[in-house]
Amino acid sequence: WLVLGIAMVRFYMQKGTHKGLFRSVQKTLKFFQTFALLEVVHCAVGIVRTSVLVTGVQVSSRIFMVWFIAHSIKQIQNEESVILFLVVWTVTEITRYSFYTFNLLNHLPYFIKWARYNFFIILYPVGVAGELLTIYAALPYVKKTGIFSVRLPNKYNVSFDYYYFLIVIMFSYIPLFPQLYFHMLRQRRKVLHGEVIVEKDD
Amino acid sequence: RRHKPSAPEHKRDFAAHGGALSGSHNDTRSFFNFSQLVLSAGHLKSPPVLKHSKVTYFEVEILDVQSKRQICIVDKVPPSSTLLDVKQKFHKACPQWYPSRVGLQLERNGPYLKDSISIQSLAVSSIITLYFTDLGQQVSWTTFFLTEYTGPLLIYLLFYIRLSTIYDQVESTKNFRHPVVHLACFCHCLHYIRHLLETLFVHKLSGGHTPLKNMIQGCAFYWGFTSWIAYYINHPRYTPPSFGHRQVSFAALAFLMCEAGNHFINVALAQQKHSGSKACFPSPTYNPFTWLFLLVSCPNYTYEVGSWISFTVMTQTLPVGIFAFLMVIQMSLWARKKHKLYLKRFYPEVRRKAAMIPIIF
Repeated sequence: WLVLGIAMVRFYMQKGTHKGLFRSVQKTLKFFQTFALLEVVHCAVGIVRTSVLVTGVQVSSRIFMVWFIAHSIKQIQNEESVILFLVVWTVTEITRYSFYTFNLLNHLPYFIKWARYNFFIILYPVGVAGELLTIYAALPYVKKTGIFSVRLPNKYNVSFDYYYFLIVIMFSYIPLFPQLYFHMLRQRRKVLHGEVIVEKDD
Repeated sequence: RRHKPSAPEHKRDFAAHGGALSGSHNDTRSFFNFSQLVLSAGHLKSPPVLKHSKVTYFEVEILDVQSKRQICIVDKVPPSSTLLDVKQKFHKACPQWYPSRVGLQLERNGPYLKDSISIQSLAVSSIITLYFTDLGQQVSWTTFFLTEYTGPLLIYLLFYIRLSTIYDQVESTKNFRHPVVHLACFCHCLHYIRHLLETLFVHKLSGGHTPLKNMIQGCAFYWGFTSWIAYYINHPRYTPPSFGHRQVSFAALAFLMCEAGNHFINVALAQQKHSGSKACFPSPTYNPFTWLFLLVSCPNYTYEVGSWISFTVMTQTLPVGIFAFLMVIQMSLWARKKHKLYLKRFYPEVRRKAAMIPIIF
């Protein structure tokens, strides 16, 4: 992710514009983001103590954005919202992975812990905004090309409309995002402030 | 302090005393005995010989599990009563908690106690403390199954008659309907009518309850999937199966056989439950459909899965396939649980059987 970050900064400094940035970094992005599937495996096996469901939702939403939106719908690759979420992801992932690495080495500098549990307060909503704007920008192209959609009549008597599917996805952010956000806030309170929720025991 | 027990005892004493009297006893002795009689008549102590057990009533203190506040005390509970009686008395005291909604635990994190437990077995002293949890709105199993099965029946028919709000009217009236569509409707309705009749007349439901939330989830699943599959099967642009009549007839035959099989297995299980003996594994009878008991411990699930797979093949519709796949997963989980139970109970017979699919699983 550092590689990705540096590549992005270099591109911007060289070209002065964000157009074409996605095309230049996409291979690295796809490689590293797809590898994040391993995180779900780690949770399932038990090496990491996070819940499989939370990690699964997070990783699948990332993979969905990379492969099913940004990669497949080429027309939106130059949108500003793409840069928005790319930057957010880069910063978040660099912080998160450094946190895990230092944790494993048992030598965690406080500022990394601070960064991990405080950056998300701003970055998370910004990232979600970037993703939603990208999907919204992609909608007209989906409707026009009918990509990933299956229409009747067909041999297996099924139909699937990617356009409406995307709209449903956008609406699903409404219940899911607050849940993940408050989960992170609770983690933050627990780790940073050592607040333990005590049950009133007589 | 009763007079009654002392009366026969008192009579016995008197008889003993009277028996001791022989002709040689003089008046003083008899006077002595008489005075003893008078004294013992006034004696109200119950002697150790005939101990009439005092009925000790218990008191059940019910605390809220979270706040540990006392909600109420159920007193005058006879020792022979069960937890259900306590729950009913509790309901009288606090009318909003009807018995099936009440969950009582001995410790705060312990298991919920069964209704049939007797108070005597719980008591360590004359006051018993139980923790109360509100289990939420409950529905009886009968209501649960009836709602769950009536929904799909009606929903499929709504799609079958091609309501104008669902399908485009112009297309609907124009298109010729392949006979498999009618057959599918018939089979689907047959399946759910059979389930409904079995719930009403065959299954001996224990009369227990389940939280309302379970019913909502189950209904959402069944009703949602039925709408989805009914939409495609009854769609004007429905494509009949690739292998034509042969595929349809073969699948329809398999479906009917599985339905019959399922019915006979349910009847056999209900009969066994009715005859009271859960002491042996249900045995196959002259009915060929019950012969699956030889191979499998839960043939009702096998037949159910078979019905849905044949329905998929008959209609060649992917959503039905997805539904059948989910049902297979659900039935396998239930079958595995039941198989484990059978292994514990009827080890020698069940050992060589599979749980749901012969030989494989």
